[in-house]
Amino acid sequence: MKYLHLIWAALFRRKSRTFLTLVSILAAFLLFGMLDAVRIAFTSGGNSVVGVDRLIVTSRYSIIQSLPASLATRVAAIPGVATVGHANWFGGIFQDPKNFVLSFAVSDNYLDMYKEIELPADQRKAYEQTRTGAIVGASLAKRYGWKVGDKIPLQSTIFPRKNGDKTWPFDIVGIYTPAKGAANGTDQQFLFHWTYFDEANAYTKGTVGWYIVKLTNAKEADRVAKAIDALSANSDHETKSQSEQAFNASFAKQLGNIGLIVGSIMGAVFFTLILLTANTMAQAVRERTNELAVLKTIGFSSRSVLAMVLSEGVLLLLIGGILGLALAAVLVPIISAGSGGMLQLPPIGTGTWVLGIVLMIVIGAAVGALPAMRAMRLNIVDALAGR
Amino acid sequence: MKAMNKFFFGLGMLVVVAAFLALWISLPWQGVVIIAVGLALWMVFTRRGRQTWSVTRVGLSTLRQRIGSSSVVVIGIAGVVGVLVAMLAMSDGFSATLQSAGNDRTAIVLRGGSQAELNSVMDRDSANVVMQAPGVRKDAQGRPTASGEIVVVANLPMKGDPNSDANVPIRGVSDAVWGLRDQVRITQGRKFKPGLRELIVGEGARKQFEGLDVGKELRLAGQTWTVVGVFASGDVLESELWGDTQSVASAYRRGSSVQSITVLLDSPQAFDTFKAALVSDPRIKVDVTTTKEYFGKQSEGLTKVLRIVGIVVGAIMAVGAVFGALNTMFAAIAARSREIATLRAIGFRGIPVVVSVMLETMLLALIGGAIGAGIVWAIFNGYTASTLGANFSQVVFQFKVSPALLWTGLKWALAIGFIGGLFPAVRAARVPVTTALREL
Repeated sequence: MKYLHLIWAALFRRKSRTFLTLVSILAAFLLFGMLDAVRIAFTSGGNSVVGVDRLIVTSRYSIIQSLPASLATRVAAIPGVATVGHANWFGGIFQDPKNFVLSFAVSDNYLDMYKEIELPADQRKAYEQTRTGAIVGASLAKRYGWKVGDKIPLQSTIFPRKNGDKTWPFDIVGIYTPAKGAANGTDQQFLFHWTYFDEANAYTKGTVGWYIVKLTNAKEADRVAKAIDALSANSDHETKSQSEQAFNASFAKQLGNIGLIVGSIMGAVFFTLILLTANTMAQAVRERTNELAVLKTIGFSSRSVLAMVLSEGVLLLLIGGILGLALAAVLVPIISAGSGGMLQLPPIGTGTWVLGIVLMIVIGAAVGALPAMRAMRLNIVDALAGR
Repeated sequence: MKAMNKFFFGLGMLVVVAAFLALWISLPWQGVVIIAVGLALWMVFTRRGRQTWSVTRVGLSTLRQRIGSSSVVVIGIAGVVGVLVAMLAMSDGFSATLQSAGNDRTAIVLRGGSQAELNSVMDRDSANVVMQAPGVRKDAQGRPTASGEIVVVANLPMKGDPNSDANVPIRGVSDAVWGLRDQVRITQGRKFKPGLRELIVGEGARKQFEGLDVGKELRLAGQTWTVVGVFASGDVLESELWGDTQSVASAYRRGSSVQSITVLLDSPQAFDTFKAALVSDPRIKVDVTTTKEYFGKQSEGLTKVLRIVGIVVGAIMAVGAVFGALNTMFAAIAARSREIATLRAIGFRGIPVVVSVMLETMLLALIGGAIGAGIVWAIFNGYTASTLGANFSQVVFQFKVSPALLWTGLKWALAIGFIGGLFPAVRAARVPVTTALREL
């Protein structure tokens, strides 16, 4: 630490070069921050911790086939099952086909099962008492300027009402905020009573899209899933039960291998970055051969010279990288807001910061390693003689 | 005063760069050829040009000694161009796959407000109204060339990962479909027989999903179906499995309803008559679009997102690469500063020095761009990928690295080279000769 000013002085010995390198590093880590946000946005459903004790039961053959509502009581009777809820896909759009709304008709106990949906008690009560009541996530409400008390029409792309009209009236009775740890996108949902949906729609009667099963013990997930699937084996509505995480992950996977795309881009970026900074470091050390020899002459040990050059590399990466990540932290919410809800990027989280800083240190040490070795092995006499 | 001058000089350089970029983006390849030829002629026939050529040659001959730092420029630019071209190839491939499925001669009819076939439903009577509408081409027996279709989604295991299911669309089609979608050819086996539980599978679906070879059996809606053929169409239909409308409808308990009706029109002009007739008919409420518009709209969203992501990521990487190139070239001219000053002292003017440094940088950039675009072309041209499409199921598409994209990549590379070379070049030409000679 006491050599910090020396390292600092060495780093800014050639201001323009250091500045140019810093901007390159900044660009690389800006990309890293943004792409990592994209990756998390697409995979967070697969490893969110809040839903570990929930199973999703869908039709085995196809996501679009619904299940009979009568299955609920039989599933509830299986040991290890705490509660059974259900939901239907509504396919809502608001005013214009571009304004897709993630809307579900849900069972009455849905909110008890999804504790991460935090609704004020009075709004919860109003929701329970209003047949056409709906609750919406905070960012969805903000997107369309909805307030509690608004009456809004939502058009279903799939289900007409009994009179043939596909526009369904709803009363917004509550606006919820998702608790920490909820899957990304939870605050974009529009939830309303399944009973309203079931009574008023023209086609389906007594069917549900999927069941949500809350377990008494998350460790028993496999056994319970098998027991549920056994209930309907060989019937015309065979089911497939999987953990909520697996269900979400399989969805993300169907969109495409986002992880692979992000990974390859980052690979290309960091490979270039390492080359570039390694080149800068090598230049910097080559130029300072004389100075390093003087340092050694006046008593700096080889090891402290090594440490100084290494930390110069790490410091360079840390300055550029932290600035880049900070810029990403500023830009990501702006992009999310600017995309009008199309792209929901989570803010840069601790995980990204930790991963980023580890990367900075590793890359810094890697690019500093060769020049540092050179500096350590420097023979004072040769160096001073310019040989 | 000196600070003012410096400021205005910096501002002037920025304007030059901005003007260059604006011009460069709008320049077609013919323009670039003209510039290149003009430059070559200048270098051969004028005194300044010949001076430039000799200075450039000296610079290039020392390139080998600076191989490490020069490779930074090359590889940095290769990375930018590679990522950019790969993303754009994905976007183009997806859009081409969907758009080639549509044309002006066929129209698709869905229930009003449905947007995708999966959401739509029409009963037998409405379907008949649509098929009998004016503008639909009749065959020799006087029957309308129209296919009432059903699209359902099934879970099938993906290739290479048998535990992960993905959605595959199954389309029930009627007999008229072969005349309607004439791009479809059977490549293996035979067509399905109406009334039987037989399927033909698209080439794309066969590549993406497990167990879809001819002769294999699969379980759908609790029944056993046999794959009897493979078809190719070169578009989004290849991602699907096809069977007979009646068989699919009975397996999925759809009765006599259909989800969409695709009709062959008398001519592209007949679309307006056809649409007007259906829209004004009080018995039905439907959306009528040409298939060209229908598939075009489906490709819009993702294509746009991929393009934007590609360009944003490319631009950020390009900023990094520009600074890398600046660094390298500043170092290069610093190493050659005495030599450049000597040239200027014996009468070489500024222009040859500036042009030669820029030529060197742009040559490095061109090599980098060619490497990046070449690698992407070798790996990704024709690479098959899939994503979720409008019918909530997998759309299989191929990356398309077209010559136009390669050209875009090279243009980016040259632009990066231009900016990366300009500032060092100008500095090299402006340092007072006496200062430069005293250096080192």
